[in-house]
Amino acid sequence: MRKYKKYLSFFRLQFNMGLQYRVAAVSGMVTQTLWGLMECLAFWAFHETDSFAYPMAFSATVSYIWLREAFMSAFATWYADGDIFDNIVNGGIAYELCRPVSIYNMWFSKTVARRIVAAGLRCIPLLTVAFVLPQPFRLSLPVNLPHFILFVVTLFLGLGVTVAFCMVTYILAFFTVSPEGLRVFFTSMVDFLSGAMIPIPFMPDGVREVIELLPFAGMLNVPLRIYSGDLAGAAMMRGIGLQCFWFAVLIAFGKLLCKAAERRIVVQGG
Amino acid sequence: MKLYFRYVSIVLRSTMQYKVSFFLMVIGRFLLSFSGIICIFFMLSRFGQVKGYSLGDVLLCFSIIQMDFSLAECIGRGFAAFSSIVRQGEFDRILLRPRSVILQVLGSRFQIDRIGLIVQAVAVFIYVIAISAVDWTFGKVLTVIFMLFGGTLLFISLFMLEAALTFFTLNGLEVMNILTHGAKEHGQYPIDIYGKGMMRFCTYVIPYTLVQYYPLQYLLGRTQHWYYGLYPFGAVCFLAVCYGMWRFGMRHYQSAGS
Repeated sequence: MRKYKKYLSFFRLQFNMGLQYRVAAVSGMVTQTLWGLMECLAFWAFHETDSFAYPMAFSATVSYIWLREAFMSAFATWYADGDIFDNIVNGGIAYELCRPVSIYNMWFSKTVARRIVAAGLRCIPLLTVAFVLPQPFRLSLPVNLPHFILFVVTLFLGLGVTVAFCMVTYILAFFTVSPEGLRVFFTSMVDFLSGAMIPIPFMPDGVREVIELLPFAGMLNVPLRIYSGDLAGAAMMRGIGLQCFWFAVLIAFGKLLCKAAERRIVVQGG
Repeated sequence: MKLYFRYVSIVLRSTMQYKVSFFLMVIGRFLLSFSGIICIFFMLSRFGQVKGYSLGDVLLCFSIIQMDFSLAECIGRGFAAFSSIVRQGEFDRILLRPRSVILQVLGSRFQIDRIGLIVQAVAVFIYVIAISAVDWTFGKVLTVIFMLFGGTLLFISLFMLEAALTFFTLNGLEVMNILTHGAKEHGQYPIDIYGKGMMRFCTYVIPYTLVQYYPLQYLLGRTQHWYYGLYPFGAVCFLAVCYGMWRFGMRHYQSAGS
């Protein structure tokens, strides 16, 4: 237990720092509400055009959009930690390497903390707004209690998968000096494949089956669809299984990569 | 003007110092918006049309907005990044120099990696010409040019407005993003699919419809009013308003003190 105490304090430090930016959080929240509303309107237009071709219940789409906005900072890969990248670029990493802690575990706990704070701050007011909007754009309650519990569990699992993936991108930044490009590249890929742009059920058959197997489907796709009951039964169990699998694989891969990077690290001046 | 190009060439050369990163950036941006195209494609192949707009119509709308926004970002990036200029005290230095302030702000950034987006938008546009049923008369070609001009101007005005607000708030306001990035993202569909309320907002508060919806109606042959093609010039008025805000903000500028 003592061994993990230091990671807990990294967690706490980041947590308190996140709480400092309240004005930014309010402004961001308003933005997200409007953004979500626009998205709902767009999907509504499609629903009105042809409700038979619509692949999920409209209320499930609405829930999906609002939950995505509420937990955006937990799942968005572009919500990456600027200071970790800065550390790698401007040589601050040298200090971190001197510390008697594992780089991987330290960054992992830092990133998880930052995301939980950001999401925690934003989700409550955003969800409150989403619960009182007029129909059909109102966020509905979870279908039943078991689904809600599974939603919470998979939410954290999804966060784990997301952060484990982000760790890989951080570590890859060791190998290119300027990580900006790398970040945009991964971000764009993940945004699409994880179903952040359009929910995965809207993708055509054939493409959808492949995307559902990828690790990115285990990020927000699984918990958000469990909430509304869109994902249930065997398909749900399969989704959760894949989440666990990818979580383990990404962590193992990240640790391996981290070892390799630590060996060949070159600190640029500083 | 000569000075502006000098600024641009300096920024370009400094970007080129990180070649690999630059190309990854171009590719990344390209993919990011390419996945947007794929989403449109998926949605419209599933539904066939949305409120009477076919795939070609939506893509036409998308490519024009994309070009508008990318051009505006290329040129007006200095305004978009203005909050950091103010906070780092760079603006104090800008004020001291005997050259136009706007020129210096614009020249401080030039986002050449948006070139990928422009190329892509042009490619989509050519594809649209091939698949859609628009018969291209002289008036319609002119309309497209006007739309590009008006749209770019509108987005630059919005960036300027965002910068003007920074004088008071020091920090960039994320809310403004919805007016710029949001408009680009959601403006890929003709505005009337969002309903009456949104139409009103986008006409009387921020005049998006002038550069998107109305000229588009003329392009797609949904209206006989040829003068809809001239509506994009309304963006000039909006620019004037935003410039006024900018002047007003600058008079109230207090340094960030760093």
